[in-house]
Amino acid sequence: MRFVLRRLGFFVLTLWAALTLNFFLPRLMPGNPAIAMVALHRGSLSPQALHVMEAQFGIGHQNLASQYFSYLGNVATFKFGESLTTQPGVSVGRIVLDAIPWTLGLVGVTTILAFILGTGIGILSAWRRGGRLDSIMPPIFVIMTVIPYFWIGLILILVFGVKLHWLPYFFTFNITLTPGLNLAFIGNVLEHAILPAFTLLITTIGTWILTMRNTMITTLAEDYVRMARAKGLPGYRIMLDYAARNAILPNLTGFAMSLGFVVGGAILIELVFNYEGVGWLLLQAVNNNDYPLEQALFLLITGAVLLAILLSDVVTAMLDPRTRGAR
Amino acid sequence: MATLEAPGGPGGTGDSGPPPIALTPGGGLMPQGGGITGARSLRRMTRAIRSNSKATTGAGLLILFCLVALFPGVIAHDDPSAEIYGRALGPSGQHLLGTTAFGQDMFAQVIYGTRPVLLIALGVGLSATIIAMLIGVAAAYLGGAWDGVLSLFTDVLLVIPAFPLLIVIASYLHGAGTLVLIGVVTAVSWSYTARQLRSQALSLRDRDFLEAARVRGERSIYIIVVEIIPTMTSLLVASFLTNALYAVLFSSSLQFIGLGNPNTVSWGTMLYWAENNEAFQTGQALWIIVPGLCIVALGAAFALLNYAFDEIGNPALRPVRSMRGKRVKRPR
Amino acid sequence: MSSAPGNDGRPGRAAGNATGTVLEVSDLSVEYAMEGGTVRAVDSVSFDLEPGEFLGVVGESGCGKSTLLFAIAQLLVPPAGITGGSVVFRGQSMVGLTDRQLASVRWRDLSVVMQSAMNALNPVKSIAAQFKDAMRAHGVTSKHEIADRSAEVLRMVGIDPVHLDSYPHQLSGGMRQRSMIAMALLLTPELVIMDEPTSALDVVAQRSLMVQIKELQEKLGFAVIFVTHDMSLVSHFSDRLMVMYAGRVDEFGPTRQVFDAPQHPYTVGLMEAFPSIRGPRVPLTGIPGSPPNLASPPPGCRFAPRCPKVMTRCREETPELYHVNGTLVRCFLHAEEGGGDD
Repeated sequence: MRFVLRRLGFFVLTLWAALTLNFFLPRLMPGNPAIAMVALHRGSLSPQALHVMEAQFGIGHQNLASQYFSYLGNVATFKFGESLTTQPGVSVGRIVLDAIPWTLGLVGVTTILAFILGTGIGILSAWRRGGRLDSIMPPIFVIMTVIPYFWIGLILILVFGVKLHWLPYFFTFNITLTPGLNLAFIGNVLEHAILPAFTLLITTIGTWILTMRNTMITTLAEDYVRMARAKGLPGYRIMLDYAARNAILPNLTGFAMSLGFVVGGAILIELVFNYEGVGWLLLQAVNNNDYPLEQALFLLITGAVLLAILLSDVVTAMLDPRTRGAR
Repeated sequence: MATLEAPGGPGGTGDSGPPPIALTPGGGLMPQGGGITGARSLRRMTRAIRSNSKATTGAGLLILFCLVALFPGVIAHDDPSAEIYGRALGPSGQHLLGTTAFGQDMFAQVIYGTRPVLLIALGVGLSATIIAMLIGVAAAYLGGAWDGVLSLFTDVLLVIPAFPLLIVIASYLHGAGTLVLIGVVTAVSWSYTARQLRSQALSLRDRDFLEAARVRGERSIYIIVVEIIPTMTSLLVASFLTNALYAVLFSSSLQFIGLGNPNTVSWGTMLYWAENNEAFQTGQALWIIVPGLCIVALGAAFALLNYAFDEIGNPALRPVRSMRGKRVKRPR
Repeated sequence: MSSAPGNDGRPGRAAGNATGTVLEVSDLSVEYAMEGGTVRAVDSVSFDLEPGEFLGVVGESGCGKSTLLFAIAQLLVPPAGITGGSVVFRGQSMVGLTDRQLASVRWRDLSVVMQSAMNALNPVKSIAAQFKDAMRAHGVTSKHEIADRSAEVLRMVGIDPVHLDSYPHQLSGGMRQRSMIAMALLLTPELVIMDEPTSALDVVAQRSLMVQIKELQEKLGFAVIFVTHDMSLVSHFSDRLMVMYAGRVDEFGPTRQVFDAPQHPYTVGLMEAFPSIRGPRVPLTGIPGSPPNLASPPPGCRFAPRCPKVMTRCREETPELYHVNGTLVRCFLHAEEGGGDD
């Protein structure tokens, strides 16, 4: 319990740090471009939104401290202002909410799939060592992991989209269709998700495989695995209950940590496939200098990553009795 | 204290993306013996590199790229930015890779584009490692409240997603040239290896040879510089390689989005222009394929070297040699 | 002995070896395949073990005694492997069998106790779960039987069964070691192999654990091979003592004899390194030098470089094991006295 509380504390602290970072960034940049942008688009903004953004970016004549606290208050009540250029006048919250489900579906599902598959392959590959495969596969996985997310996406587009015309590679669904919970629409959505999902899968799975394999190898050398052999336990039980169960613990923490990077990759993939999720939206905002939208998205992404880390800590605590009552 | 233990590094854990925590480079547990020490390490390293095929491949690639970066004019004879040739030409004797949609010689671009990428990689690798070492070792050695503060600072920075942060910072700067890229990527990367270095420094802190130095009356600075740091050589090398790898990928990605300086010639910017000119649809596939392959190759060089160093430092990870032929036969 | 579950009525169970011994090790050799060459950690070791016998194996670090144990239990991992000789346990040859083939014999007839319980017990499973694993792998499925037996063995080693639900890290060092021993006795095996089980404990705990082991052994009648570097500790409890050096057996005989009248210069040196707490004060002597590098062992007798009684012959030829009053000694000093052995 104490462990979880401490992780919760860390979660809150980091969130606060991200918020503060967000607050000071525009003020630290030469010329505070945010002010210029807001001034430019004053016309399309509602007064409440303007108010929120004054605190956010340092416009106006309040002192720094009161701006800071107004800003924190606004964030806590989910007031992020309105978009300046992407969808002028529309509340940032609304724009973001529209994009979230797409990203959640794509990135969420694919990441979990990649983790499960990768971990499984890692376990097996460590269990069956000594073949020729053992010398060849790891370097291949290594190389797989250095391929830039966006590049592999582009190549897949080239092969499956442009040359073979098998799969669509633009947007989240065919824009001529009307969204609805019918089979045709859902089928179309899934069709559009295949290439981006596959790209994400390929680029991320290599890491899970390698790290799981490496921790498994180290775990397999432990005395308690030898002891399990000595007890005459069946192979699969040793592999799962004694080795994998211990080897996966450091990987769980790693999983959450790396979500930060997966998110980065997802941003690029969404760009390449014009997949209208959160990442794509962030890049749109960047290209349009739509600072309020940018900031909100950054906070959202950071918050999501932190939440995932917290969850993985909880899962680790559940699986590892040593952390439960421990210091 | 809820400590995140030493994270693993890419190449060894083999990632350009997710860095697992609680693993050392290679994703294994901390190698015993704190790695290879001091001056002997250089000789041992070269011997180790030559004997490990992954390391030789990686080292070879890296040397190749360095040569290209140093002497681009020797290999490519055209000015990479000059838009004087026919547009979107295919590969030919005159233009090994054809030309871009703007009429630039693609081969020259790839060759000249090597230098900025390598500069960023080495620049980030070096500066991130130095910062990580300073902070990590200081935290470990000073202990107590200092450790608490530094560690918390490192952890917080570590956990905030790097790429989105990079995007936001770069957007405020309206694009980043080489030097800015180095600075910005370093800022988001150092925390990762700082964690690892701190862990190892902690494990070394109470070792006998340090106790001996303390008893001799040596000052803290001396102990840190002369005793601790050389022992951490292997981890420092891993940190350098890891950060260099991330730098290549991060900077190329930023440039691809358009947040680098699009007017510099670099692999990432090439990809940016290619994408903006619909390279695939207009049959200029090479424009996308070649720079991408270069990124993969350079990344692979760092990653393979990193992986090989893991195997060298942690023999358990090496390919298992079977004892066929020496084993006693089964009883009938 | 037949009160333990899973021990009755197994078809085709050999009642021990033809000669009545529980274990016959002949010319066993183990090599490690290292990068610089092979290292022979165990070199042609042979011995027999009677049912219920307590054999102590002593030697300094690196002499191969732990490797020998793992070789007997078929628990070696690459790069180590058995390269010669045989291990016959209750009439069945063990070398070369796969884990699956060995599974029925393991734990039921032959169990292992390792040096550090903290490392040998699965940190994420409770004690009860680890006991259950072992029993279920050998056909005991009734929850009652498992629970009863688990509690029974814990009581045997002096631990309150309430600790069954604890995790290894929640127990004290001594309790952990005892749980490991309890686990080893779950199926009342015929032979329990112990690798320095007391080394991680303080002296008082060491002695009490040894006494307990001896009591259990006498009550349940299992044989024990006990590996340790602490000769004085094991000599109070063992029937026979085997002294190993550099992978070879240097002296082997009844404990009292080896202890009171050591024949091999190495054993003599070991004895003299343990001053008696009573008796006259003698200057502390050690054995100068260090054990040989097994990747390139010295020619002839491996102890020659450190032996105070070395002769020219020792550096050229390798001594066999010679009989001296019922003890086997690998030393040319005794070459004339008895016949050679092996």
